[in-house]
Amino acid sequence: MRNKISALLLGTAMALSVASIASADDKVVKIGVLSDQSGLYADLAGPGSTLAAQMAIEDSGLKAKGWTIDLISGDHQNKPDIGTTIARQWFDVDKVDTIVDVPNSGVALAVNNVVKEKNGVYINSGAATSDLTNAQCTPNTVHWTYDTYMLAHATGQALVKAGGDTWFFLTADYAFGAALERDTTAVITANGGKVVGGVKHPLNTADFSSFLLQAQASKAKIIGLANAGGDTTNSIKQAAEFGIVKGGQKLAALLLFLTDVKAIGLETAQGLNFTETFYWDLNDNTRAFSKRFSEKLKSGAPPTMVQAGVYAGLLHYFKALDALGGNPHDGAKVVAKMKTMPTDDPLFGKGEVEANGRVTHDAYLFEVKKPSESKGPWDFYKLVGTVPGNQAFTPLDKSACALLKK
Amino acid sequence: MQALYAQLLVGLINGSFYALLSLGLAVIFGMLNIINFAHGALYMMGAFVAYFLLNLGGINYWWALIIAPVVVGVFGMILERTMLQWLAGLDHLYGLLLTFGIALIVQGVFQNYFGSSGLPYSIPDQLKGGVNLGFMFLPIYRGWVVIFSLVVCLATWFLIEKTQLGAYLRAATENPTLVRAFGINVPRMITLTYGLGVGLAALAGVLSAPINQVRPLMGADLIIVVFAVVVIGGMGSIMGSIITGFALGVIEGLTKYFYPEASNTVVFVLMVVVLLVKPTGLTGRAA
Repeated sequence: MRNKISALLLGTAMALSVASIASADDKVVKIGVLSDQSGLYADLAGPGSTLAAQMAIEDSGLKAKGWTIDLISGDHQNKPDIGTTIARQWFDVDKVDTIVDVPNSGVALAVNNVVKEKNGVYINSGAATSDLTNAQCTPNTVHWTYDTYMLAHATGQALVKAGGDTWFFLTADYAFGAALERDTTAVITANGGKVVGGVKHPLNTADFSSFLLQAQASKAKIIGLANAGGDTTNSIKQAAEFGIVKGGQKLAALLLFLTDVKAIGLETAQGLNFTETFYWDLNDNTRAFSKRFSEKLKSGAPPTMVQAGVYAGLLHYFKALDALGGNPHDGAKVVAKMKTMPTDDPLFGKGEVEANGRVTHDAYLFEVKKPSESKGPWDFYKLVGTVPGNQAFTPLDKSACALLKK
Repeated sequence: MQALYAQLLVGLINGSFYALLSLGLAVIFGMLNIINFAHGALYMMGAFVAYFLLNLGGINYWWALIIAPVVVGVFGMILERTMLQWLAGLDHLYGLLLTFGIALIVQGVFQNYFGSSGLPYSIPDQLKGGVNLGFMFLPIYRGWVVIFSLVVCLATWFLIEKTQLGAYLRAATENPTLVRAFGINVPRMITLTYGLGVGLAALAGVLSAPINQVRPLMGADLIIVVFAVVVIGGMGSIMGSIITGFALGVIEGLTKYFYPEASNTVVFVLMVVVLLVKPTGLTGRAA
């Protein structure tokens, strides 16, 4: 009996010592890609984001330095409750260190709280809401790729300055649409324009004709599409059908992805102006990455900016871990390290992680090519302007992030 | 007031999709007693067949209107022969589960190959453009959808309620043994009926291809609303499902005008109200 007890104690002691070794800095990392795997955002993020994460792990070179990096992925189905449940399970059971991607602003904001509570790392690339680095910023969050402030300023300002001074909004009725409409409205009024009306439509709407008729009746010069993915493609396609562009009104696709343009077809999409921070055909680096990417992706599509952001964000994260010499399993500590290092990667170029978690890099104004100008299956964009990284995103003195008030 | 006319017309356009789809469901439920959850997936297949015909075979929209329903209808008949027929006489739940499973598999396969954002299918040249009605700009294609689906719906109703064939069909559902005694091949008739219902779904798919994206989930998004339409109209009632299809399209259109945030839920609110007041649906007979 006594032997048994001492054996048990010994065993417990050994288990505890193993556990304490594991919690100290080791070279083990677990990444969770949380995305929309099958819904309306699955093509612009989804499986392509998982692939981008895999490529970041391979390209980081950490494995050769003795690191063990695991990757898992999950489907949040665009539902905040499902997203937070997966995130909690990942932190509590699967010992995930870092959650990446998370398109859909509603889900992204919900997961934001979980990551902070569990002191993980949150590298968001897929969500648009600027609140992630504004009112709802946390010491654990880094927001890559784009946000509603950037979209509103780049596209909105360009259109108002070109004479589009009256606007009507078609807004997706959730966190993202509200944020995009709010940020764009601020830009319009600041530049002397006026918002004459708007409708909020449910997420994932198939038929926009009722809303488009209201937009048409408003006589606004610009119809701002504060929606994304399938909602945007349907709005644009049906606007063409109802003769809206021919009638003299202009569409502003505030958020448009490469996969959306493919779905609309150049015939209908040609001439649209919009902003992205990455395009596969931008330079030699982006072309080289995109070639490797599309060879591995089942659909053969080149990466969208969201998928590129997952890759670039993880590369920077791995650099920070490398600089720390081990994984402290302390999200705030790793993110703090990421903020001290300038970012530099082949896809987004040079930039920095600001104190509020916002990553700054250049943004590009594109125009969709005419069918006659397109030379290949994914040759869609013409570059018409560049907004430098330090001007594209919320200036720190205007950010409501509490981290800045220390 | 002008805006209101426009919304009524737009509602009618959406209603024609609801009517075509709920009609197919009603035919299948009325004759086979199967709650066909695969209907949305078959509607999607109709749109995809039209897309393939155009892009692989260069076969235009007009032929697709005929070919796609036949192709998908045959696929449906194979489903009926190989799987659904074994469920005859069992509880509704089995048919519902089986067809729901089929829908998930079909959608999953399409999603695997075509992603989720959809493929473009343009409006046929003959129906491009629009006419200014004074109160709204009506795209010709949409006008065509309303008229064409109305004709198809009425023809189907006529076939089932007013012809000899329809009489056999209705008799066979009441008492298959007796009808068989008259020398009529009841199983074959049931297979053909399922094929007809499925063909109607595929036809709706072809009609919607130029308006919406050809997407693997296009049916999944629509089918729940269509089920609500069938429930409101009364399960198995042909005329009921046609009328409620159009009516609910209009009601939904008006909601989009007066309170757009509720436009996704208004149909279900109505369904609850109807079920509370008249559980058999507006035109349904008690079972």
